Amino acid sequence: MAFSSIEALLTAAKDMPLWEAILRSDLEDRGVEQADSIEKMTLRWQAMVAAVEGYDACERSASGLVGGDGGRMDAAPRHYVDSYGQQVIATALKTGECNACMKRIVAAPTAGASGVLPAVLIPLRGRHSDEELIRALYVAAGFGQVIATRASISGAEGGCQAEIGSASGMAAAALTDLQGGSPQQCADACAMALQNLLGLVCDPVGGLVEVPCVQRNVVGAVNAIAAAEMALAGIGTVIPCDEVIDTMRAVGDALPSSLRETGEGGLAATPTARRLVLS
Amino acid sequence: MNLFEIMGPIMVGPSSSHTAGAVRIGFIAQRLLGGRPDWAQLQLSGSFAATGKGHGTDRALIAGLLGMAPDDVRIPMSHHIAAKEGMEVELGHIELRGAHPNSVLLHLSRADKRLSLQAASLGGGRVRVEAIDGMEARFSGESPTLIIRNEDRPGMVGEVSAMLGYHNMNIATMQLYRAHRGGLAVMVLEFDAPVPLMLRQTLEHLPGICSVTYLELEGT
Ligand code: SF4
Repeated sequence: MAFSSIEALLTAAKDMPLWEAILRSDLEDRGVEQADSIEKMTLRWQAMVAAVEGYDACERSASGLVGGDGGRMDAAPRHYVDSYGQQVIATALKTGECNACMKRIVAAPTAGASGVLPAVLIPLRGRHSDEELIRALYVAAGFGQVIATRASISGAEGGCQAEIGSASGMAAAALTDLQGGSPQQCADACAMALQNLLGLVCDPVGGLVEVPCVQRNVVGAVNAIAAAEMALAGIGTVIPCDEVIDTMRAVGDALPSSLRETGEGGLAATPTARRLVLS
Repeated sequence: MNLFEIMGPIMVGPSSSHTAGAVRIGFIAQRLLGGRPDWAQLQLSGSFAATGKGHGTDRALIAGLLGMAPDDVRIPMSHHIAAKEGMEVELGHIELRGAHPNSVLLHLSRADKRLSLQAASLGGGRVRVEAIDGMEARFSGESPTLIIRNEDRPGMVGEVSAMLGYHNMNIATMQLYRAHRGGLAVMVLEFDAPVPLMLRQTLEHLPGICSVTYLELEGT
């Protein structure tokens, strides 16, 4: 069965790699063979890569609010980040824009937050084999499953912390595992990433998954990288991961409905947003 | 949620509820009708009506009615494909009182068959049918489902479940609905395993049964 806590997940990973513990629980959960599960995850990885490779900087969303930023980021000179950092930002934007332009993407864990995992993983393709990156997806999904069980991965329920926040926590754990971090360090990375985005509201302009969604994928990705670096440096968290997840739920419950995907509060309520919606 | 509901689904954007879920609703409707409709009227309600255009909800519903899955890259072109295949589409808005915010009412016809269906998209691409032909009937389509319409008289439920039990079919859930006492009733049964065609035909021939509709979707 799916893990109901990060604690339980870490216990299962005592005598096998984290990704394998998660794979095994999937096999048990769905009653399928290992080859079936790996093939499914491989298809998802390939779809993430295909979306980014098929990105077209000339396309605009139906509303015209987003499109082209991934291309701008690719073409611009770098000022503060290295080449990996630039690719992370560009990949997050590209996937978010593909989603807004009705292209095929992988909800991870949602369509709105679909850019976070591809952003941190796809630019690592030269450094890591596809096999390693697919294992990283298992780690991400395993953490996501616990978040979905204890809290929520829906913006309408828990605000954007539940979408971009969850994706960021999942990505932080995956990045930590990929560099040989211990399961506890993965949990720390996930906890830090989630903590940093607690309270993030869901306020899409016009109710569309475009503004601020596309650019928030960048924040989810960059935050995950920082959290993974900290965890790998041996920096831990005071509040354990399970408690952070439970907090995310409590904070989500406390958010007014205007900040949970109704398009009535936050950025969606600005004069500019109102004007755009009317036009 | 299983692992691939977290890492997935693979879908055409932008919204799992307003796009992927809408494709699924169209797909279920098409299956219940027995094929692609010749004529379809889509009435969007609530948030489907308010933000449906920007989310491509109309295109998604039509794509589903044409038999496409939520990851089909032709979804954005579905209006065009429907026109080419001779499927007539009417789009409108409706206020379905008390319904889930992401709801749609579909009226469909195919040759001499007609079907109306009210359904909601619950988030994450999951959906629920709420009513068929104006009669309440709730199911998700996630497991093999039988929708049986029968005369509302004593013993019908017992007969159906006895027949299913005799054929070793384990009923996972069963719900009963009726329009008014002594009129028409609907049984919705969900199963863990597919229901064989022979058994469905036998059920159809039981006295008092008006129709048997079966839905079995392959997993995505
Ligand atoms: S703002 Fe809302 S719709 Fe946009 S990504 Fe965040 S949770 Fe999703």
